[in-house]
Amino acid sequence: MKILKSLVLTDIQDTRISEIEIEAGNIAVKAQPGQFVILMVNETGERIPLTIVSSDPKRGLLTLIFQEIGYSTKLLGTLKPGDSLYSLTGPLGHPTLLKNYGNVIIVGGGVGIAEILPVAKALKDYGNKIYSILGARTKELLILKDKIKNYSDELYLTTDDGSLGEKGFVSMVLERILKENSDFQWIYCVGPVSMMRVVSQITRPYQIKTTVCLNTIMLDGTGMCGSCRLTEAGKVKFCCVDGPEFDGHQVDFEELIQRQGRFISQEKQAMQKLQ
Amino acid sequence: MSEAKITKISLDKRKTTFQEVSCGFSKDEALKEAARCIQCKNAPCAKGCPAGIDVKEFIRLIKEEDYSGSIKKIKEANSLPGVCGRVCPQEEQCQVSCVFNKKGNPIQIGYLERFVADWEFRESAESKSHLLNTKPEGKNKKAIKVAVIGAGPAGLTCAADLIKEKFEVYLFEGLHKPGGVLVYGIPEFRLPKDVVDKEVESIKNLGVVVATDFLIGKTKTMEDLRREGFKAFFIAVGAGLPRFLGIPGENLNGVYSANEFLTRVNLMKAYRFPEYDTPVTVGSKVGVFGAGNVSFDCARCALRLGAKEVHIIYRRSEKEMPARIEEIENAHEEGVQFHLLTSPKEITSDGQGNVNGVVCVKNRLGEPDASGRRSPVPVEDSEFSIELDTAIVAIGTSVNPLLISTIKDLQFTKRGYIKVNEDYQTSIPDIFAGGDIVSGSATVISAIQQAKIAARAIKEYLLIKA
Repeated sequence: MKILKSLVLTDIQDTRISEIEIEAGNIAVKAQPGQFVILMVNETGERIPLTIVSSDPKRGLLTLIFQEIGYSTKLLGTLKPGDSLYSLTGPLGHPTLLKNYGNVIIVGGGVGIAEILPVAKALKDYGNKIYSILGARTKELLILKDKIKNYSDELYLTTDDGSLGEKGFVSMVLERILKENSDFQWIYCVGPVSMMRVVSQITRPYQIKTTVCLNTIMLDGTGMCGSCRLTEAGKVKFCCVDGPEFDGHQVDFEELIQRQGRFISQEKQAMQKLQ
Repeated sequence: MSEAKITKISLDKRKTTFQEVSCGFSKDEALKEAARCIQCKNAPCAKGCPAGIDVKEFIRLIKEEDYSGSIKKIKEANSLPGVCGRVCPQEEQCQVSCVFNKKGNPIQIGYLERFVADWEFRESAESKSHLLNTKPEGKNKKAIKVAVIGAGPAGLTCAADLIKEKFEVYLFEGLHKPGGVLVYGIPEFRLPKDVVDKEVESIKNLGVVVATDFLIGKTKTMEDLRREGFKAFFIAVGAGLPRFLGIPGENLNGVYSANEFLTRVNLMKAYRFPEYDTPVTVGSKVGVFGAGNVSFDCARCALRLGAKEVHIIYRRSEKEMPARIEEIENAHEEGVQFHLLTSPKEITSDGQGNVNGVVCVKNRLGEPDASGRRSPVPVEDSEFSIELDTAIVAIGTSVNPLLISTIKDLQFTKRGYIKVNEDYQTSIPDIFAGGDIVSGSATVISAIQQAKIAARAIKEYLLIKA
């Protein structure tokens, strides 16, 4: 659970994205693309779920990338090489179903780009033709684009402010691609919930299977508590043990967005501890 | 001779702190209570103990003020005396068969057990050592590895019993702390976490290797463990997935499963937020659906977290409540309101995605159902509403597939729990199982009882095989 490397990928005024490399022998051996870990920074900390960005089974290492967005991720961002986590469990959740789908579009938004990286790499190994669409608020937040490019047949970049790639949203590019050519067998999307909702809306009329990777509020992460529950096809599912990937055409996004706000006022209170 | 009276902390403290409610016996009180025991020749009390504690003898040793001998006697049979002395339903077990029970004042065996367990904790803290638990002699150690999966009451018990038989025992726990329901479920005011930590410490001290953050089925599979030379397995992963009511509004903000609410409060210590980082929201009006021990734990936690009104909403009558009488009494004393013969029909929203109440329907009792309890029948036109800020669903759990779905050829009961024979052996000869994953939600002591039978069977299985 010792941290070997920590680096800041991006640091602009209000947003910081960091990467850490952790010793985690057993987990690194088992980790598959799409799976996540739950970690605690210290004894008083929260249990934080984070997607495994890459694993090195030989050296027993895991790489995690996270946006320092709330109290607990900011706390995680303070750890230095040599520090140890208090707790690290995994790999959790079902791995991504990897195969040769044919033509695939992968869509990553913000820090979600880190989460599509291992999937992109594996999809390439299976011989898929990959169209990647990456989007972020501004150019500094468009992380890992060069790495994703290595696995992409086509790469599209968008920023909200037009500082890099096209000005606008990933949805705009996705819509255009599908209008020109709808011969895609799978669409994989990770990013903010609102983005995953829009992407799913766009692909629905084309009836292309669309998988979204969700990050609901978890607690134990092992199926015990139901904190992370959501509704898919009218049925209650637990993100931790049934997911984290779900059918974008079947997820109740409205409920999901509402449940993401469960602890907003407590989060504000916790942030005061940093001041 | 009159019985020793148990003191509780003041009601004011009970409504605002998580301090343990019952103060237990002082030395004088314990001696007074033990003195009442007439040491019946046939010791009916012991027959009522699922863990098989020699009750008569441990009480005799208290009478002689040989507390060390007394706790040693208990630990021959039960590795969790500080826990059992607090949470066992003695009123249905050892104390039922006490000769004084007919007069309504049985020997308070649970409190005596707790007294000697606490005595040992104090003594070992003072001398900074464990008085009684020393590692079994190394040279006699059998080089046979056993994996116990899940460090709740069943897992801890089985691990302790097997290490006493000099096997190499590894105890795997998925969470960051051992104890299972004892740490995530039962609240501090009923079972201080310090007591659990000390019980776990003394089991570790026997030589059990405890690996936390280790989720068998994910971190390693059973097959991995077999390859690493493990010769037998005991699965004690608990019941798992929380059940929901299946009524509208259940995913609104402010609706918790009992497991989520209790895990936030107990394991993650949300009652000390923001000192601890995990939050919980309570508001001023809380409704709890169900009336088992878990429901009462939720209700009483909610009160301590500042709720002004806490409602227990239960579909049958008080007589059918599965909770311990002592906990129901405590809840009454603390001001919990009871809505009996009442079923929730819909959890209502404030329009912003938050709970603002529950619509209920009144029931009358009909014919007995499969459980032997009279089943509730809804009364027509009896709908009414209760205003709520928080709703907690405490109606039990179903099977968590995380581990068991990874084991090929494992057989299950109709209800989905692991199928075992009378030795708690599963359909796979080297795999045994016990506790809630076998029986469904039950008590700590029944998990202990099953674990003890399984430990004996595992020993025989391994010795025959060797």
